[in-house]
Amino acid sequence: MIFEGKVWKFGDNINTDLIMPVKAVQMYKSQNNPQEIASQFCMSTNRPGWAQQVQEGDIIIAGTNWGCGSSRPVSRMIKALGISVIVAESIARLFFRNSINIGLPALTCVGIVAAFDEGEIARVNIETGEVHNLSTGIAIQGEALPADSPPMQILKAGGLSHIKLGT
Amino acid sequence: MSMTIAEKILADHSGKKEVRPGEYVWARIDGTAIGLSTPSQLAKSNVDKFWDPDRVYAVEDHYALPPTSDAANFSVSVRQIVKKYGVKNFFEYGRHGIAHEIYPQNGYVSPGDLIASVDSHTTSYGCFNVAACGINEEAPYVLANGQLWFRVPSTIKFVITGEYPGPDKFIVGMDIMLRILGEYGSTVGLYRSVEFHGPAVHEMSMASRFSIANLGAEIGAKFAIFPCDEKTLAFLDGKMKRPPNPVSPDPDAHYEAIHHIDLTHMPPYVACPHDPSNSVPVSDVEPKHVKIDQAFIGSCTSGRKEDFEMAARILQGRKVHNDVRLIATPASQLVWRECLREGIWETFADAGALVTHSGCGLCGGWHMGLLGDGEVSISTTPRNFQGRQGSPTASIYLANAATVAASAIEGYITDPREFL
Repeated sequence: MIFEGKVWKFGDNINTDLIMPVKAVQMYKSQNNPQEIASQFCMSTNRPGWAQQVQEGDIIIAGTNWGCGSSRPVSRMIKALGISVIVAESIARLFFRNSINIGLPALTCVGIVAAFDEGEIARVNIETGEVHNLSTGIAIQGEALPADSPPMQILKAGGLSHIKLGT
Repeated sequence: MSMTIAEKILADHSGKKEVRPGEYVWARIDGTAIGLSTPSQLAKSNVDKFWDPDRVYAVEDHYALPPTSDAANFSVSVRQIVKKYGVKNFFEYGRHGIAHEIYPQNGYVSPGDLIASVDSHTTSYGCFNVAACGINEEAPYVLANGQLWFRVPSTIKFVITGEYPGPDKFIVGMDIMLRILGEYGSTVGLYRSVEFHGPAVHEMSMASRFSIANLGAEIGAKFAIFPCDEKTLAFLDGKMKRPPNPVSPDPDAHYEAIHHIDLTHMPPYVACPHDPSNSVPVSDVEPKHVKIDQAFIGSCTSGRKEDFEMAARILQGRKVHNDVRLIATPASQLVWRECLREGIWETFADAGALVTHSGCGLCGGWHMGLLGDGEVSISTTPRNFQGRQGSPTASIYLANAATVAASAIEGYITDPREFL
């Protein structure tokens, strides 16, 4: 599982009210069209206009505590925008679980913020945890999930709904 | 063996003698619930029956009552799920409340349980010696199988010592957690199980322990667990559907970190915009004369009788400031009735406050009492993220119910101890 894409950078404590404001949660339920809702609302409070600029395959690189807050399905918003993978200094557990369980890779990688400027190209290997900055040549090691761990199996299967009951 | 509470509960629920931090397990779940995302998830899934409908609870708390026809349709979908899957523990409007408040009142948890429910503040059940965490995307899987994967977390411990001031002195569990947020930050519990020990813990009411475990979500905790004592068992007596299995850590259990909190001379705390970890003693904020437009007492953090009683002592014989609206939303209809019977609502009404029916109220910005552009609110809720309670240009301060009531009287953020 290797992803290459253009980097968008975010700071610390990007919370679920910023990623998916309550208006988006309400519309998500009634209309069920994540892409349209995501491009209208995602980060509209802290970074208006950003969601409309995201291209399929882009990568988010963020600071500590990415996705903190509610259990709301924020990873669906990020996936709907076309983001292929999130790499952050640390990731809030609900975001991490929601992400893995819908098949959107999320990698914890200490030092990642200093290794990238926005707009540079990242290559992220989810299985080894390696992140390369293809624009500068810098390489940095993230925390790879063990190959036999449930989250890695779930990611490879494309989400928890594709997994048979564990033992 | 040398295991923490979380390690023991995860070992017990995955059929293992021992587990260690970092290990992955598939564990048996004791209880789960229908959450905000569940109806749309189930509609897209092929789940045709629940593994044990009696362990699945449902209530509509975020919208109660529906403000739009879309919201009403969502409520209808919850009732349809309840009927279709045979969920008996459903709490209709009038018998409802915030899930975390009414489920334990109705047998949802017993000490030693492992709970995975949709909603981040599921950590609240940790006050009952339960390992409880929020989930979302996994809900259909848990509903169908009664199992879920977990990475065994490392555990940190807060040892709380010194005299517990308590509601009599207008300093309660919420202040302790706001202080922890201010001093240790919003990631001190990230991925971790957090245990609360020390003599002061046993002095606290269940309501205050609840507030602390509830705010465990704000320090990133997977679980926020209290020991089981006679207060825990007295609270749960007659309510539990499974015998209690209290869990204590082994004496040689390994903690990743141990932090000591001395409550001696501790003031009430206030979290400033826009993060719960921007928390400081109220005495740091009061000199700034922060004028407020709205004051709110309620939510799963601080919407219990203990909170409204504290506020009523301040409101007694006084009037809410002309420029302020004070809104009280009890956590459940049970709390609503308790406050009614004890005359607390009369005090609120005489002071010019607005008392609503129970539910999540305005906390999450779902409806009812949202903030307009540039408005300032002080609120007993768990989060003050930008834009959470309405306009993105509004500011939200977090504090205990006494600080909120004192501020509502004065018109600006005020130390409640001036009303002692």
